[in-house]
Amino acid sequence: MTVVYEDHGDEAAGAEVPMRRIKFTINGQKKIAEVEPRLLLAHLIRRGLGLTGTHMGCDTTNCGACTVLVDGRPAKSCTMLAVQADGHEISTVEGLAGAAELHPLQEGFREEHGLQCGFCTPGMMMAAKALLDENPDPTEEDVRWALSGNLCRCTGYQNIVKSVLWAADKLRAEG
Amino acid sequence: MYPSRFNYEAPRSLDEAIALLHDGGDYAKVLAGGQSLVPLMKLRFASPDLIVDINNVPGLDYHRADPDGTLRIGALCRHATLERSDLLKGSQPTMAAAAPLIADPIVRTRGTLVGSLCHADPQGDWASVVTALGGSVVAQGPAGRRTIPLAGFVTGPFENVLEPDEIAVEAVIPAAQGTRSGGYLKLERRVGDFATVGVAIAVETKGDTVTRAGIGLTGVGGSTIAATEAAQALTGQPLTAESIGRAADLAAAAARPRTDHRGSAEYKRHMVRTFVVRILSRGAVEERAA
Amino acid sequence: MSQAVDEIKIGGLGASRKRVEDSRFIRGKGNYTDDITLPGMLHMEILRSPLAHARIKSIDASKAWDIPGVHLVLTGEMMATRNLAWMPTLSYDTQAVLATDKVRFQGQEVACVIADDPYIAKDACEAIDVDYEPLPVIVNPEQAVADGAPVIRDDKENQADNVIYDWEVGDGAGTDAAFAAADVISKLRLHYPRSHPSPIECCGSIADFNRATEKLTVYMTTQAPHIIRAAVALVAELPEHMIRIISPDIGGGFGNKVPVYPGYVCSILASILLERPVKWIEDKSGNLISTGFARDVYLDGEMALRQDGKILAVRMHTDADHGAFFSDAQPSKFKIGLMHSAFAAYDIPVAHLTARGMYTNKAPGGVAYRCSFRVTEAMFFQERMMQAAADDLGMDQAAFRRMNFVRDEDFPHRTPFGFLTDSGQYAKCLDVGLKAVGYVDFRKQQEEARARGRLLGLGISTMTEPLGAGNSREYDILGIKMFDSAELKVHMTGKAIVRTGARGQGQGHETTWAQIVAHELGIPAEDVVVEEGDTDTAPFGMGTYASRSTPVAGAAVAMVARKIRAKARRLAAHLLEVSEEDIEWELGRFYVRSAPDRGVTIQECAMAAYSNMPDGMEPGLENTAYYDPPNLTWPFAVYIVTVEVDPETGVWDVLNMVAVDDCGVRINPMIVEGQIMGGLTEAYAMSNMQFITFDADGNCVGANYMDYLLPTAWETPGFELHSEVVTPCPHHPIGAKGIGECAAVGGPAAFVNAVIDALSGTGVRNIDMPLLPDRVWEAITQRHDVSGAPPVRSDD
Repeated sequence: MTVVYEDHGDEAAGAEVPMRRIKFTINGQKKIAEVEPRLLLAHLIRRGLGLTGTHMGCDTTNCGACTVLVDGRPAKSCTMLAVQADGHEISTVEGLAGAAELHPLQEGFREEHGLQCGFCTPGMMMAAKALLDENPDPTEEDVRWALSGNLCRCTGYQNIVKSVLWAADKLRAEG
Repeated sequence: MYPSRFNYEAPRSLDEAIALLHDGGDYAKVLAGGQSLVPLMKLRFASPDLIVDINNVPGLDYHRADPDGTLRIGALCRHATLERSDLLKGSQPTMAAAAPLIADPIVRTRGTLVGSLCHADPQGDWASVVTALGGSVVAQGPAGRRTIPLAGFVTGPFENVLEPDEIAVEAVIPAAQGTRSGGYLKLERRVGDFATVGVAIAVETKGDTVTRAGIGLTGVGGSTIAATEAAQALTGQPLTAESIGRAADLAAAAARPRTDHRGSAEYKRHMVRTFVVRILSRGAVEERAA
Repeated sequence: MSQAVDEIKIGGLGASRKRVEDSRFIRGKGNYTDDITLPGMLHMEILRSPLAHARIKSIDASKAWDIPGVHLVLTGEMMATRNLAWMPTLSYDTQAVLATDKVRFQGQEVACVIADDPYIAKDACEAIDVDYEPLPVIVNPEQAVADGAPVIRDDKENQADNVIYDWEVGDGAGTDAAFAAADVISKLRLHYPRSHPSPIECCGSIADFNRATEKLTVYMTTQAPHIIRAAVALVAELPEHMIRIISPDIGGGFGNKVPVYPGYVCSILASILLERPVKWIEDKSGNLISTGFARDVYLDGEMALRQDGKILAVRMHTDADHGAFFSDAQPSKFKIGLMHSAFAAYDIPVAHLTARGMYTNKAPGGVAYRCSFRVTEAMFFQERMMQAAADDLGMDQAAFRRMNFVRDEDFPHRTPFGFLTDSGQYAKCLDVGLKAVGYVDFRKQQEEARARGRLLGLGISTMTEPLGAGNSREYDILGIKMFDSAELKVHMTGKAIVRTGARGQGQGHETTWAQIVAHELGIPAEDVVVEEGDTDTAPFGMGTYASRSTPVAGAAVAMVARKIRAKARRLAAHLLEVSEEDIEWELGRFYVRSAPDRGVTIQECAMAAYSNMPDGMEPGLENTAYYDPPNLTWPFAVYIVTVEVDPETGVWDVLNMVAVDDCGVRINPMIVEGQIMGGLTEAYAMSNMQFITFDADGNCVGANYMDYLLPTAWETPGFELHSEVVTPCPHHPIGAKGIGECAAVGGPAAFVNAVIDALSGTGVRNIDMPLLPDRVWEAITQRHDVSGAPPVRSDD
């Protein structure tokens, strides 16, 4: 594979910032990347890796559309630098299903009409996954609390909560 | 939403980190949780030349009680850890009340208490809590360690006394001499909102008598306010409706709120008073073993 | 014996069919504008004005040009040489693309940079030096018309002040006479604050001018791709057939993605100049501070009443704060949109509305955010006035509404402002709502609680609203009539594709239009694929906003399916070797009336259209329908909210939220409920925490998500939805009415009325939204109304 950079010529020499080489795992796959320190993790995911399921919705770390899992814990990828992924495991919505066709969370969102425009949905599902990994039998209140860092404009959250509880039921049934 | 350029280092030891800060030039910042710093950089309100990321420095993610009860919180201890902490729930009511109210659940997985204290946002919640508890920040630099009481740590909005080559490595909450009680109430319009008003109260009692009290106020001044007169008005006597009312009045008087889109100064002062009364009157004040 | 297919099984009308769209969204495989990358693509960032009103003395972009990776820096001066510094708006005004002489609101676009990546573009924006000379600032309509107010639009010839229009409708003299004869006059003044639709996805475009083909393709977050194509043709002076607008997946619209924004225009010009694709994706701060906001209207309302509660007349005056440019997308005949649909649910003999629009130093807009063209304002004003009037009369809130409702037997009913409502069962809906909330018990509880110092409150909001703009006699945008369209192609194996002129942003069109086809033709919905959004392939339509799609585009889908069915009937007759008069239809099948076992399926007819046509018949089974709706549709809703207010803090919590929506036939009940819940959340947000305001210097408060508060799952209450009452629309082909915006239209008043009700006894009649804790506390302790109009109060 070849990577091509823009060559801005000698006048750019003074402005050059050393790129950093990082190694990380994304959805189970090992990757190496060369990034500017200021590159946000969300942009590495979306532009560098072409995984556009993680969305950018705001610029003040409020909306949570960019939520991914870092070593299994939820993080707003817009508020991490890509260089901070070095040595860590990143999970995005594209890896949610794993080997299966769909993860129960994805099924739940479809069954319970937990999405309309779909823009907040990947972030919601990743935050919900983190919740269910820690608490497989959450109450409605637990779900609302766990998702209070993710904004949705379309659904009014009621069906999102039902979707997560549907998934929790299925995951517990599957054992 | 795009930070300006900077150099970046990710040292693997404190000494390395300190050396990098020492050589780092005029404007270097330490990155721990990043949940305050990175947003500022994205808005270009902060444009450091060098970022020293301490997330790879081992041994900083602890929180523990010393045998004498002193609580130590390492620089990489995340808000979420404190939110889930049985130690806090069992022995630190003020901290346990505040932990779930910091930002939102996802930000809490990365943000740190020590980072929050260093950030010195006047609307920061932990600063009021640590103020009420009479806590300190431990800084490490080329010359070694020093302990800085929080009261003298913040010099203004987003300004602290750390030298450019010092890193805050720990927050310390002194051991209680009596039975701890207290709480934190925050008026936020929704999860993740900054406090319109926040009140942290930490009380220690021996029998019925209050032996120590601390009150910290969030969001009602250019920086966290230690309502010392109000706290003193509680000590040396039992908590009664009268003493609580007096402390509430004094705390409201100590507040220096501004009228803005979050409310009038009068309202904010009133809320300080209301929160003081509510924290101290809540059923019997919640008791925790010393 | 019937061999009709089971309509619910095939996903026809009334089936809560799981959504087709979900499959890609749950996998993270949506195709939103920012997900798209084109070869050679460059990135654009915009430099915005920090000041609300200032003369531009100079712009020095030399340092920006010097940054490696920068390809182009555009300023107003450069745009002006191409006649593109200003563009026409959808309301017959002009709007600056990039500022030339002055900036007129904080956040206005001043320059833009196109670079290899957005980080560099941002660096370059920071390197542009603009020298401003501040001017006095206007932040509300009162200041706009005060003596000595600066003229904001001094760029316009013949604009000597800050008034955009004065408009009126109704009967002034008749209304005055009714007021003169009234027993009681109820008055109310309030401000519906500026809000912002703020879908999570921001606006953006990728303009791709291909020199080799001379074709301009623009991927764009737009709810109305055909309107955009026409606008681009006009503004960029490119021929319409060489412009292709593609609206890919949209992450929420709510009216924010209807207007033509300077960013789109700049990206198009940049692409033409650079002959490379140019992507512009704004950030949330840019979106909140500059794009189409909503509301910001002041009401001065009066109601003339008879002692027994009969409403004799209504008088309304509204002042609308339009910002610096009049750019609303709305039917051109109505300056203040459909504000005059207020009170349509009530039998009122006479009414008068006067409306004035003002320029201020704020972002342009006003018509957005599930507003149905200002019907949000109309219905909020209506139900707030109804609340005040009932209180002034000492009447029960429910009884007052009920006695004034248009009765079932009175349809069609002409409102005093000239609308024709055609259907509804208002009293029944109210009954359902009151029962569901336990009205009688609640009033008892409320009294008991009050005796113990607890403040409980109940708020009612009832309304019918006009959805489905609109008939060509009355409705147009920039002269283009507001019909809509559907093209249906049935393939030889009986599968089909439907394209419409609508453009969903989460409403589920890919799911529901197929359900209409299933209903009309018996083709299983899963055999019908739906496409929208590409002007090269979609039939001409006016897009999706104002809840118009089911009423207009959905009707077109039904009509085109009927055209297909008519042809299929002829094919069936041919296949069955009988005459057409002997053919009967049941879902999915034509059969011989006298021998019902002899029949052919719709799929067999489809095959015949390609392989076995009768002599003289044109082959194929495809058609298009353009639908000019005869009238608007009139859904009706009852929203009831109960709250408890903490008198010490002013914080209020929702105890119950009941919604009774009669929107006629529901294509997909699950989707309808989703729309209602979304609207109720907006209603809660606006009433509780969400607004944009300004300080005295014109600084925008609410230009990012730290200040502009959207409720999370933690604050948002649960909803109890009722669908028992179904009054089909008499003129819609499948009896459906619009629904997407109803809850946002009718909901806010229910929340506000509930809090005001909790405060009854204090004499407080109004607290402006949002009912923030400090405002409620002030009302309770000072026992006076609380206004929230800008400028923000400060210590100075």
